[in-house]
Amino acid sequence: MNVLTDNFTAYREGFLGTVELTVYSSLLALVLGFVTASFRVAPIGSLRVFGTVWVTVLRNTPLTLLFFAVLLGLPRFGLVLPFKVFAVLALGCYTSAFICEALRSGINTVPKGQGEAARSLGMTFGQTLSLVVLPQAFRSVIPPIGSTLIALAKNSAIAGAFSVTELLGTYKTLNELGYNIVWTFVWIALGYLVITLAISALFHVLERTSGIAR
Amino acid sequence: MTDTTALYDVPGPRTRQRHRRYGVLAVAVLLGLIAWVLYLLFDTEQFTYTKWMPFEYKGIQELLLRGLGNTLKAFGIAAVLSLALGGVLAVGRLSDHRTVRWPATLVVEFFRAMPVLVMIFFIFVALKVQPLPALVAGLTLYNGSVLAEVFRSGVNAVERGQREAAFALGMRKTQVMAHVLVPQAVRAMLPAIISQLVVALKDTSLGYLITYEEFLHAGKLIASNLDYDLPFIPVVMVISPIYIGMCMLLSWFAGWVSRREQRSPKTEAVTVATAGPGALLPGGEPPMAPKP
Repeated sequence: MNVLTDNFTAYREGFLGTVELTVYSSLLALVLGFVTASFRVAPIGSLRVFGTVWVTVLRNTPLTLLFFAVLLGLPRFGLVLPFKVFAVLALGCYTSAFICEALRSGINTVPKGQGEAARSLGMTFGQTLSLVVLPQAFRSVIPPIGSTLIALAKNSAIAGAFSVTELLGTYKTLNELGYNIVWTFVWIALGYLVITLAISALFHVLERTSGIAR
Repeated sequence: MTDTTALYDVPGPRTRQRHRRYGVLAVAVLLGLIAWVLYLLFDTEQFTYTKWMPFEYKGIQELLLRGLGNTLKAFGIAAVLSLALGGVLAVGRLSDHRTVRWPATLVVEFFRAMPVLVMIFFIFVALKVQPLPALVAGLTLYNGSVLAEVFRSGVNAVERGQREAAFALGMRKTQVMAHVLVPQAVRAMLPAIISQLVVALKDTSLGYLITYEEFLHAGKLIASNLDYDLPFIPVVMVISPIYIGMCMLLSWFAGWVSRREQRSPKTEAVTVATAGPGALLPGGEPPMAPKP
């Protein structure tokens, strides 16, 4: 029990590190996922190909390999940034592929007539997508995006193993200080539960207020 | 709506020309990016002979192959054990007895909500287990719980009438399950199960973080060798295609099975959504594309 009270600062820092990683990577993933999803339904062939390659490759890349390549590989190649930025890049790009697929399946749930109606009003592709189809698609994919972001929060643990300040990483310090290792992990586990439950609750509210069931 | 698409009209000659211009522009931008990356690679001397030399040695090739073998070994064991655990937990969750159902639900929800890596580290550090069993145990607990949900939703997705008819014939619950529901559910679940196995295959690379001597670990050994001038980038270039290729092959197989199942009249009514990574949300499955 006193593992937590004695090391509250370490835990708080780790917890905030995880939250920070999750928030920044989520934003990056949402933006990139939005862009790639638009690419994948665009009338221009080369953009569609790019979107497909992006999604297929990233979805089949082990995240540890991506972290290895980005955090340890990129600096060798002349690109030096703080590890935290690298971690956000890796997590965000990886998750964007899943967001893109969720959005695309959402686009499929929007009735065809909506797109046709928009077109008959003279809207261009960009207008049809951004004003008519995507807002509705977003609302119908709130739950899968929620679970993707929960997965993102859980995946951020890998960043901890690559020595980014993060909740899982706190076990190292406390282990060296000789605290009871089981209790150390109990508090870490609770920390993750708090984060995932918070995201879950947030999306639950979002779904109630703006979700649509088709 | 993705290919026939209501998002834009069938382009006329002028629009086609405009699209071609945009397409050329997009290709030019992408090629420019690739060229820039290539320039950086050459500029930082990633293609020098010293950095690629290690892959010529037999010892290094054997090291990589051994790593790959260890990866596949961990995946194989974890896959079999997760399927078994998933089966047991699904039976528990579908049980009529509250004393069985509740603990099973608790176990499934807990392990789905925990990061796999925390479990693996806990088993490795706190319980002081060897790397391979620790990795396999972590993967099994996580993927087993997710698979339990897949199995459960598969059984529940079989049309209600089937279950009712079987009960009406006087079958007992075990018989209903074994003879009527599970055989139909398995066919529908197969794609979702294989997709989950892709996740397990990807996650074997977590073994690298607990010093299990798998593929990535072998790569790291080569990459941090000073004799070859720290060939990080060459190693990444060699390892990633193999890793990604293996996962893609399995994903493609899942897609193939799913397409085949959709054509089959026997499973028309049943579709099991791919298991969400951590669906704590009610109705957390992605909406399926409406059937034509």
